Amino acid sequence: MKETPLSSCERRFLLRAIEERKRLDGRQSYDYRNLRVSFGADYGCCIVELGKTRVLGQVSCELVSPKLNRATEGILFFNLELSPMASPGFEPGRQSELVVKLNRLLERCLRNSKCIDTESLCVVAGEKVWQIRVDLHLLNHDGNIIDAASIAAIVALCHFRRPDVSVQGEEVTLYTPEERDPVPLSIHHMPICVSFAFFQQGTYLLVDPSEREERVMDGVLVIAMNKHREICTIQSSGGIMLLKDQVLRCSKITGVKVAEITELIQKALENDQKVRKEGGKFGFAESIPNQRITAFKMERAPVDTNDMEEQAEEIITKADPPSDVLAKPILWTPGTAQIGEGIENSWGDLEESERENEDSDDAAITDVQNIETEDDTIVLSDSEEEEVVILEPEERQKKERIQTSATQNSRVKQLKRRKKKRAVQ
Amino acid sequence: PPSQAALSQHGLSLQMRGSRSKTLHDRALVNCQYSMATFSTGERKRRPHGDRKSNEMTQHLKQTFEAAILTQLYPRSQIDIYVQILQADGGNYCACVNAATLAVIDAGIPMRDYVCASSAGFIEDTPLADLNYVEEAAGGPQVALALLPKSDQIALLEMNSRLHEDHLESVIEAASKACKDVYAVLDQVVREHLQEVTTLLGE
Repeated sequence: MKETPLSSCERRFLLRAIEERKRLDGRQSYDYRNLRVSFGADYGCCIVELGKTRVLGQVSCELVSPKLNRATEGILFFNLELSPMASPGFEPGRQSELVVKLNRLLERCLRNSKCIDTESLCVVAGEKVWQIRVDLHLLNHDGNIIDAASIAAIVALCHFRRPDVSVQGEEVTLYTPEERDPVPLSIHHMPICVSFAFFQQGTYLLVDPSEREERVMDGVLVIAMNKHREICTIQSSGGIMLLKDQVLRCSKITGVKVAEITELIQKALENDQKVRKEGGKFGFAESIPNQRITAFKMERAPVDTNDMEEQAEEIITKADPPSDVLAKPILWTPGTAQIGEGIENSWGDLEESERENEDSDDAAITDVQNIETEDDTIVLSDSEEEEVVILEPEERQKKERIQTSATQNSRVKQLKRRKKKRAVQ
Repeated sequence: PPSQAALSQHGLSLQMRGSRSKTLHDRALVNCQYSMATFSTGERKRRPHGDRKSNEMTQHLKQTFEAAILTQLYPRSQIDIYVQILQADGGNYCACVNAATLAVIDAGIPMRDYVCASSAGFIEDTPLADLNYVEEAAGGPQVALALLPKSDQIALLEMNSRLHEDHLESVIEAASKACKDVYAVLDQVVREHLQEVTTLLGE
């Protein structure tokens, strides 16, 4: 399905807001959205939520024969899937440019930076090595897929445990999880991607763009760094023209953000470890809270009330005077009272006799004309088949917004007369 | 042996074949294809194009030239750039960009500025410009930089492997300087070629 296009006024609104340094969700230019990491029941399974963007990561392993030119190294394979589940704009099956770009970025960030020790994945040199496969699925697309995906990948790899293997001479024994505890992978460092979106030819910069912001951006710069401030990957895309000091500034911001995120990941991993050790419940079912509405609470939003008084006075002076309030109730029968008259029926009457009676009363009513009448005909559509027939043009002028007590009495008489008529009929 | 790239440019064409739906109403579409000849690397290449790396290169080339070519002058048109690597010895992307710049200039398509590219690395605490295959294969950090020399604007910046943040500036500096040297060479070549051609045509 094709993505719904962004309307021009929405685009303009977003760009103007960015020029005033305002973001739709209230963040500052360098703020990240809320990051939440939860783990599944299996080792190596995790869900990362960056705002509303969700990525599921799953690591699995298999014993295979190694690549011919790398006989002593294990194999790492990354795959990011974008399915229509994430956004209706993604089509199933076909590999689009975005998928290739994201996958290559992930590969370069995690494989080329050697965050996993591939030599330790070797079991028998030249014959059997571990192939580690990281599958990432985007569950919801709300901007900045690459950051969420890179966090999911590295967290899943840190969380994963592979079966233990022992080699005795020619024999290779693979132990099941029951026989021997599975072993974690040896991870040197944790590279994390940080995205910078550029707007208005590089004048404005936002960290962690949301989906709307991504639609109006000129281009994006992705910097992957680990907590030791080593840059693992830089990639600029979108055809933006950067200056060297912009790149250096971004790398400094990345250092700060990566430190925060790494801390959060470590804490999440430790918590999960603790829960598993203590025999408590773990897994997605536990970490997804039951959504119950117990109280509906709105966050307080600050409102600028500085020139409220002037504005209010302006509005009051410009407004129409309010209509008179008739506070006198009319008691029809015990239990039935009436205040005011309401609006007169303007459909036009059916009986000739009734109209005759009303005409005499109308004289009094039509004198009180203090509303602007609109044009007589209201054209509802351009269709030639429809004919607009005005039934009783004079009747419409009976609509009065302001009633005086004089008319009220005559109206009451009218009503009574009508009622009698209907009773007779 | 240096990297060699062959370039074929189909110039400007009205967007007719196949991708009619991709026509942009207000500017030209830049279409690139990058492929490596099977004999270009030490081991015979199984898949010359269509794999992830080639796709990525294609996208980077497209992105670089969309930014540099004045596409606003040719609405509803398509510019095709085909690059093929004949011999790969490091710096594939950079060779492609430099070759494509020359081809676009030769075709007479207006550009903002020359696009010059160069790679740079950091080995033993020294920034090195223009890495060859052996230096790339060593696994150290590599930066590929495409620059518009007059305005010092970076059209594309790409980095692989690990590099400490403090060294980033010196590596980018080295790459920029190499790009400016490439620019000097390209400019001279273009002017000489033009002189030759005009004298030949004049006779």
